[in-house]
Amino acid sequence: MRKLRPWLYLLPAIAFLGVFMVYPLIDVMIYSMEEGYNSASQTYFGVGLYNFRYVLRDPYFIQALKNTFILVIITVPLSTGIGLLIAVALNSIQKLKDLFQTIFFLPYVTNTLAVGLVFMILFKKTAYSDGLINVLIQTFGGTGVDFIDGPYWAKMFVLCFYTVWVVLPFKILILTSALASVNEDYYKAAKIDGTSRWRIFWKITLPMISPMIFYLIITGFIGAFKAYSDAVALFGTDLNAAGMNTIVGYVYDMLYGNGGGYPSYASAAALILFAIVMTITCINLLISEKTNV
Amino acid sequence: MTNTGYDKIQKKSQRSDRTRKIVTYIGLVFWAFIVLFPFYWMILTSVKTYSSYNSEYIPKFFTLSPTLQNYVDAFTAVPLAQYFLNTLIFAVITTAAMLIVIILSAFAFARLEFKGRNALFSFFLSLMMIPNELVIITNFVTITNLGLRNTFTGLILPSITSVFYIYLLKENFEQIPNELYKAAKVDGTSDLKYLFKVMIPISQPTIVTITILKVIECWNSYVWPRLITDNEAYFLVSNGIQAIRENGFGRENIPAMMAAVVVISVPLVILFLIFHKKIMAGVSRGGTKG
Repeated sequence: MRKLRPWLYLLPAIAFLGVFMVYPLIDVMIYSMEEGYNSASQTYFGVGLYNFRYVLRDPYFIQALKNTFILVIITVPLSTGIGLLIAVALNSIQKLKDLFQTIFFLPYVTNTLAVGLVFMILFKKTAYSDGLINVLIQTFGGTGVDFIDGPYWAKMFVLCFYTVWVVLPFKILILTSALASVNEDYYKAAKIDGTSRWRIFWKITLPMISPMIFYLIITGFIGAFKAYSDAVALFGTDLNAAGMNTIVGYVYDMLYGNGGGYPSYASAAALILFAIVMTITCINLLISEKTNV
Repeated sequence: MTNTGYDKIQKKSQRSDRTRKIVTYIGLVFWAFIVLFPFYWMILTSVKTYSSYNSEYIPKFFTLSPTLQNYVDAFTAVPLAQYFLNTLIFAVITTAAMLIVIILSAFAFARLEFKGRNALFSFFLSLMMIPNELVIITNFVTITNLGLRNTFTGLILPSITSVFYIYLLKENFEQIPNELYKAAKVDGTSDLKYLFKVMIPISQPTIVTITILKVIECWNSYVWPRLITDNEAYFLVSNGIQAIRENGFGRENIPAMMAAVVVISVPLVILFLIFHKKIMAGVSRGGTKG
């Protein structure tokens, strides 16, 4: 009885993790190999790699893959860079620092779907108004463009802009606390030597916080590859029609919704995504280890 | 002579310091503006009348005749109150159930001795690497086969455990001196009593942080509720707002839509204003978005 007691405490956690984490992990691999799976009769007629071949040839998946990669390549460096800039600025001031920090963190706690609607009406062109952003562009002599239903790059721009807006709070928070934890003595020593600010930043600050920057780049890549709800907030649930689907969106569309009912294709796509994320994380870790030696 | 030269250099460096400061503040104010502007815009639009909003080809930055009609519409024309209540029920039950599960297992990992404790804990930690997207497919099928679609049980069950919070709480429990536990054992206190009378009160700050973060997560969850509910009576706010966008309010009534957005955003903003220190400290200890 005494020996059993610890397991009694752990039972709920083990049960929930077993049913909703471990079993699904094995199951998703089985699903991805079952060819022609029918969710109504729960039968399949073969085992193999057909599902992966199907997904990789599906134009919707290729589009989703392309969108996701563009989103990742633009937003990860951009948000990390801007985050670093803002964190350095925050750390150099005393007055109002807390106020600014609190304001900058606000987007973290807001509902992505709800605030996305505000971005949509700011950028959208309708019959009765061009929308605030287009009016601004026109006052500065540019020509307006429908960012929500218009050309691909306009849509991609809004998606990237909104993504950066959503992910920045986390990066600013982490980088500000990383900067604050750098030992003051290094700066004092550099000041006595008359080192320029720029040099101090490159030779002291950056190396000292580089582990945190790598942490943010790795989590940033993982997060950006899973982009989905930001796109839904801006372009609606039918992302394939808008040409703005992401890999995760493709998985859910395959599972459920208008084109849904194909858990095998969904599983194959989810495993492809997992493989991409794992590969990129490993590359990131290798680079970060090499630079830190 | 050398003295004035020194003064000159000093003055010059002071001047460049001041310019740098001004540029810094301008930059920070600019970003604060970009962060706050959407919030201003949603509140502003939500108090404009339907006709005045639609007649403004160039949107106005203020309104002289604010109206609350849009809020009335948001609660009467679409079941916003229902979405709100559903989300509240979902958030409270999920968070409460999760707290029980993680407190029990964190206690076992931190204080009880048993065979395979470290191995099991490492296994738990390794589960943190598994992305939600990978397991959600089977969970969807499991819940559907159990006939739990469009029920609160189906919504809540998969979000009850969090390995990350078990880890966070275990670290916290371990900081409580073991002597306390041994003394309690000598006095004949049961494990459960010790857990509730000593460990939980001491770890209260961490538990409060975990509670707030989980409530935020529940309030914003979208993907799982979307898969598991297609009956409006069980929609959470994220799905509700999406439904409002796609077929609520008949004609595109953007002011009413923004009123709904404000109503959905207000609880979290209030929570944030009260607990912003706790939330930010909790997130910087290892949270990620979503």
